[in-house]
Amino acid sequence: MFAPFTRLSSRAAVLPQANIDTDVIIRIERLTAGDSARIGDYALEALRYREDGSENPEFPLNQPRWRDAQILIAGANFGCGSSREPAVTALMAMGLRCIIAESFGDIFYANCFQNGMLPIRFSAENVAALVADAEASSSEFVVDLHRCSITTAAGCEVVFTIDPQRREALLSGLDDIGLTLRHAETITAWQQADRTRRPWIWMADTREIAA
Amino acid sequence: MTPPRTLLDKIWDAHVVLDLSDGWSLIHVDRHLLHDLSGPPALMDLRKRDLPVHNPELTFATPDHIVSSRPGRVDDTFPAGARLVAGLRLLTAAAGIRLFDLGGEGQGIVHVIAPEMGLTLPGATQICGDSHTCTNGGLGALAFGVGTSESAHALATQTLRMRKPRNMRVRIEGSLGSCVTAKDLALHLLRTLGTTAGVEHSIEFAGSTVRALEVEERLTLCNLAVEMGARSALIAPDEAVFAYLRGRRFAPTGAAFDAAIAYWRTLASDEDAVFDRDIAIDAADVVPTISWGTSPDQSMPIDGLVPGPADAPLGTLEDLAASLDYMGLTAGQPIAGEPVDWVFIGSCANSRISDLRAAARVVDGRSVAPGVQAWVVPGSMAVRREAEAEGLDRLFTDAGFQWREPGCSMCVAANGEQVPPGARSVSTSNRNFVGRQGPRARTHLASPAMAAAAAVTGRITDVRTL
Repeated sequence: MFAPFTRLSSRAAVLPQANIDTDVIIRIERLTAGDSARIGDYALEALRYREDGSENPEFPLNQPRWRDAQILIAGANFGCGSSREPAVTALMAMGLRCIIAESFGDIFYANCFQNGMLPIRFSAENVAALVADAEASSSEFVVDLHRCSITTAAGCEVVFTIDPQRREALLSGLDDIGLTLRHAETITAWQQADRTRRPWIWMADTREIAA
Repeated sequence: MTPPRTLLDKIWDAHVVLDLSDGWSLIHVDRHLLHDLSGPPALMDLRKRDLPVHNPELTFATPDHIVSSRPGRVDDTFPAGARLVAGLRLLTAAAGIRLFDLGGEGQGIVHVIAPEMGLTLPGATQICGDSHTCTNGGLGALAFGVGTSESAHALATQTLRMRKPRNMRVRIEGSLGSCVTAKDLALHLLRTLGTTAGVEHSIEFAGSTVRALEVEERLTLCNLAVEMGARSALIAPDEAVFAYLRGRRFAPTGAAFDAAIAYWRTLASDEDAVFDRDIAIDAADVVPTISWGTSPDQSMPIDGLVPGPADAPLGTLEDLAASLDYMGLTAGQPIAGEPVDWVFIGSCANSRISDLRAAARVVDGRSVAPGVQAWVVPGSMAVRREAEAEGLDRLFTDAGFQWREPGCSMCVAANGEQVPPGARSVSTSNRNFVGRQGPRARTHLASPAMAAAAAVTGRITDVRTL
């Protein structure tokens, strides 16, 4: 359901602030209007624009060198807060395809894989080294998911670890629902047994529900 | 001999439909809650795929996020949210999913109505497209927030593909002091442990302090677990929980309830179970606590001084300065005495009847200070009715509060209800992020009693001094 992620060459922008939450990534009121075409414009708006609506020149992704960056090196606990999945799609609409951080909010991290965004967890030391490299050079980083490696602008290669099933799904763009429905009979059989094992789960009043 | 297991292990094992290898499992979802913001996109996803909802009888919906809480509200009164609320009605009706609609019995904040109606059960798995689903762990349910894609997956298959979270325990021992609530405890834990302590973990709250908490206080404590980074939190269910559930609208009855209780009694971590992280907290260290910054861990004792660079861990100086600047505070100043513009009592953290009673005790015989806008937004229709039966609505309105209709209101600020730019708010909600309560709104998280104290004094106030 999304474009597979294999290999990416891009400059890497740096947003060092910790705890960038999903409210900051995309304001919730932007999600009520159904204006999904503009969601990329709203991504990180509190940081990206000044009060008068003009661009904040100090915001890293507004700087010429990082304007078109598809890789973001972020502060710890990136994407903490709410479960809103448009936090991922808004960043993708901005052009990002890969986020590197010491840690991520758990739900945001899971949502990344549902949309073809690659989140990479690295130790604080590794993140700091990548930041130094990204700031020192205008060359591109290469993220290779087949090899699980990042080649920095300076030419250093670092290897990252990622769950094998997550990696496979990103490489192939596999759809979870389609995969799980192959086990439909197993699910039905489990539920049938569960009705005897835990009848109380299945007792919530259903009388008023239309067949 | 089976190896010792944690509470999480036991619930997890009871829900594995299929081992997907590499540590992945297909996990059964016992309860799926939908709300007006995340529900319609997930249901639309299924419609586009031409897939039916696998178990509509295990799925329940209510509008809460993007509805107005205006007094006398009968229908969707926030224009920008109307499209999604209409979509929720249409799509749930088509799928045979029960909807607790505006004005009707059962409507309210999703994490308030689920426990209150007995939809949340110990040992059950429960999901919702909302990060504060962890609230329901207060009853011993393995409950966690999901994104729209995972919600759609659960609608289509009644399962999720997951890796088991790591086991973390926070043991809290001793008695909480006077005017120290579950909210103060949660903010204290955040201040002590930080926002990433629980990342990739499920937190079990245990110890004598936790066992002594009322059921509604347990819901408040678990509500803030996600701010500690944990997608889910658990408290072992006990007699207090069983008594709480008995007779609730959707709770099991008769022999099935007895059978359920017999099973629920087995749901405690084994004595010698091993946790990946195990943390001890002394309840005596907890005082009334309030947030000062733009992340929930930026919290402090109400009688303390706002932190400065000297208190900041290395590398976070800029973040600290940015927080102080956004909040309009100076390092080293006392937090108590800071003038307040808005007070919000509500949200899935603190909008239950016990919360409103606690606030009312402070308000009783006093009035909202001049210049302060103060709202009480009960968490559900049931809470609203119960409070009105006790006369709490009159007590609040006589004092100058607005008494409003159930919903997320100013916690999520996606419904036209916002704190104005630059205004300072004391809020019983759970997030003080930049812009959370509205662009440039300055939010201080606190307990209902502390919020009430701020409303009547017009300043951030140590409730113990009133």
